[in-house]
Amino acid sequence: MGFLDIKQATKSYGPVQVLHETNISIEEGEFLVLVGPSGCGKSTLLNMIAGLEDITTGEIAIRGRNMNGIKPADRNIAMVFQSYALYPNMTVGGNISFGMEMHGIPKPEREKRIAQVADLLQISHLLDRKPGQLSGGQRQRVAMGRALVREPDVFLFDEPLSNLDAKLRVDMRTEIKKLHQKLGTTIVYVTHDQIEALTLSTRIAVMYGGYVQQLGTPKEIYDNPANMFVAGFMGSPSMNLFPAKVVEDGGRPAAEVSLADGKRAAIPFANGTLASSIGRDIILGIRPEAITDKDGADRNSSSVHLVEAPVEVTEPAGSDTFVVSQISGKDVTGRFRADVPVTAGETFKFAFNMEKAVAFDPKSENRIA
Amino acid sequence: MSTAPDTPDTRAIAPAALSGTHKTSGLGLRPARILLYVLLVFFCLYYLLPLYVMVVNSLKPLGEITAGGMMALPKDWTLAPWGSAWSSAQVGVEATGLRPYFLNSIIMVVPAVACSTLVGALNGYVLTKWTFKGATILFGLLLFGCFIPFQMVLIPMARMLGLMGLAGSVPGLIFVHFVYGIGFSTLYFRNYYAAFPTELVKAAQIDGAGFFRIFWRILLPSSGPIAVVCVIWQFTNIWNDFLFGASFSDFDSQPMTVALNNLVQSSTGVKEYNVHFAGAIMAALPTLLVYIVAGRYFVRGLMAGSVKG
Ligand SMILES: Nc1ncnc2c1ncn2[C@@H]1O[C@H](COP(=O)(O)OP(=O)(O)OP(=O)(O)O)[C@@H](O)[C@H]1O
Ligand SMILES: [Mg+2]
Repeated sequence: MGFLDIKQATKSYGPVQVLHETNISIEEGEFLVLVGPSGCGKSTLLNMIAGLEDITTGEIAIRGRNMNGIKPADRNIAMVFQSYALYPNMTVGGNISFGMEMHGIPKPEREKRIAQVADLLQISHLLDRKPGQLSGGQRQRVAMGRALVREPDVFLFDEPLSNLDAKLRVDMRTEIKKLHQKLGTTIVYVTHDQIEALTLSTRIAVMYGGYVQQLGTPKEIYDNPANMFVAGFMGSPSMNLFPAKVVEDGGRPAAEVSLADGKRAAIPFANGTLASSIGRDIILGIRPEAITDKDGADRNSSSVHLVEAPVEVTEPAGSDTFVVSQISGKDVTGRFRADVPVTAGETFKFAFNMEKAVAFDPKSENRIA
Repeated sequence: MSTAPDTPDTRAIAPAALSGTHKTSGLGLRPARILLYVLLVFFCLYYLLPLYVMVVNSLKPLGEITAGGMMALPKDWTLAPWGSAWSSAQVGVEATGLRPYFLNSIIMVVPAVACSTLVGALNGYVLTKWTFKGATILFGLLLFGCFIPFQMVLIPMARMLGLMGLAGSVPGLIFVHFVYGIGFSTLYFRNYYAAFPTELVKAAQIDGAGFFRIFWRILLPSSGPIAVVCVIWQFTNIWNDFLFGASFSDFDSQPMTVALNNLVQSSTGVKEYNVHFAGAIMAALPTLLVYIVAGRYFVRGLMAGSVKG
């Protein structure tokens, strides 16, 4: 039993089930990110934890206490909304104070805590302003202040950064992470931005179509995606996914692919997991950073394999150059160091780090190796 | 309503259109402007003419009117017609002036407007933020209530008032106007609150505020503009109502409109036009006042800043 337990929880609106049976358990102090594309049920799940939505079946417990049927105010949670939801008629101070006032905390204590939180978030000079007189980033801080001041068991964030511009978003992301490290509070955080998910979380639940596709640490999710959806959704640029056939090559299973110039290449797998699946069609998944030039390849990897293939496009991106080649009819991107001499139209020796490769079943889309 | 055409749309478009003319045809702007102003002034005078006639004639002795000088300024300025209309003119059978009926109207209109606005706000709040099965149907029925012609409810309402023991009294009139007002005020507030961010209500719930607390502390303080619209609408309608006033009141509970009619219709002696004019202006003043005072608070953008726009 963890700090926050979601046990077989589901949610239906009438006949439509928008959240299928979900089991998540996290420990105190964890940072759980719910990530997935729009409409996958992230906000629904978060609102169920908050008590803003009833849960149809199953149970949600915080600190071992069953929360079904308990009012949001009595769950000892605080929430930061995507739109910030600051009360327009109250000052910043009033906004931060409102929750404490509703919980009957006496005035001197409220003022002390407001001052502390305002200090922490550097909004002390804004306390007398109305939300309408604040910038987006300042509103965001106030919204966080309103949550922090309650000293809740669990913080809930619903896409708190999605209304900010790119630069501010990165800054606030770092600040949220610092804040989490400093305060050590348990956080459930919803986002559709996979980079936010990877940078902030201690654990990620990738959601799609009302199902939790995979629950794991950022590293597990990134390196060992459970299925093709997770593989394609997490990481940027996303993982290369292309059809291949398992063949035997020198006593080891290898992935046979066709190249743009009509040649075929067999790339041996790092281990023998697929030894019993010779002849099977698979989808091979390999991240761009595992496809490099020979010298850029991971020196610690014992199974780097070179494949000579025509270069279709190069996309210099400052620190890296992305190099695209067609493999089995799909564009496959490799991430090269910026100064590697590679020109479009020529053939080049791509180094595949097969330790990082994964294989999926084309039908079920689940990972098989 | 004709005094407030200054919607943001016209404001935004007008300067752009004018500067467009300015660029393309240089001198074309000025004659167009002058023509526009001439027209506006003309219409303005046209609309103000009746008011002018009423005011000047309420300030002259009856002799000057009967002598045929309707449009002329008074030769002999006097407030006597006003005094008479207020406290001594013959209204119906008694020579009380309009004062008691003016008070009746005030006593009727203030609670009726306040209650229907408040209940409308509460309805709008429930219909948008605490929706339940059948809420849409209920709202449809309330809307339907707005559009039932007054005449249709006269007899059932008279029966109802009789059963409740409110027939022929000011509280009876308050009740009628209150009930009739709910439909419109609900419509106003429902549509306003529909655009009110639901996340604010959720945030307040998490902060520990209950149903009424959220209403009082979060929604109502942000309802200024719509409350003003609603109050102006209800006040004008209820104050100006004649049918309900004539149907459901006794001599001592008549509202201003009915009393004014009685003043003008009193057939004893000569028609005191100057007194009638003064009485008519008295009957119109409160609505005018509401427009002038409340219209100032009719500002947009009170919601700015609650959510990022
Ligand atoms: N009141 C409702 N009635 C019916 N369906 C609903 C209701 N609220 C949400 N849904 C559906 O539930 C699904 C999940 O919605 P949810 O708001 O959780 O998505 P989300 O993952 O938060 O998406 P986004 O990233 O766009 O916020 C959606 O398909 C939505 O259409
Ligand atoms: Mg959402």
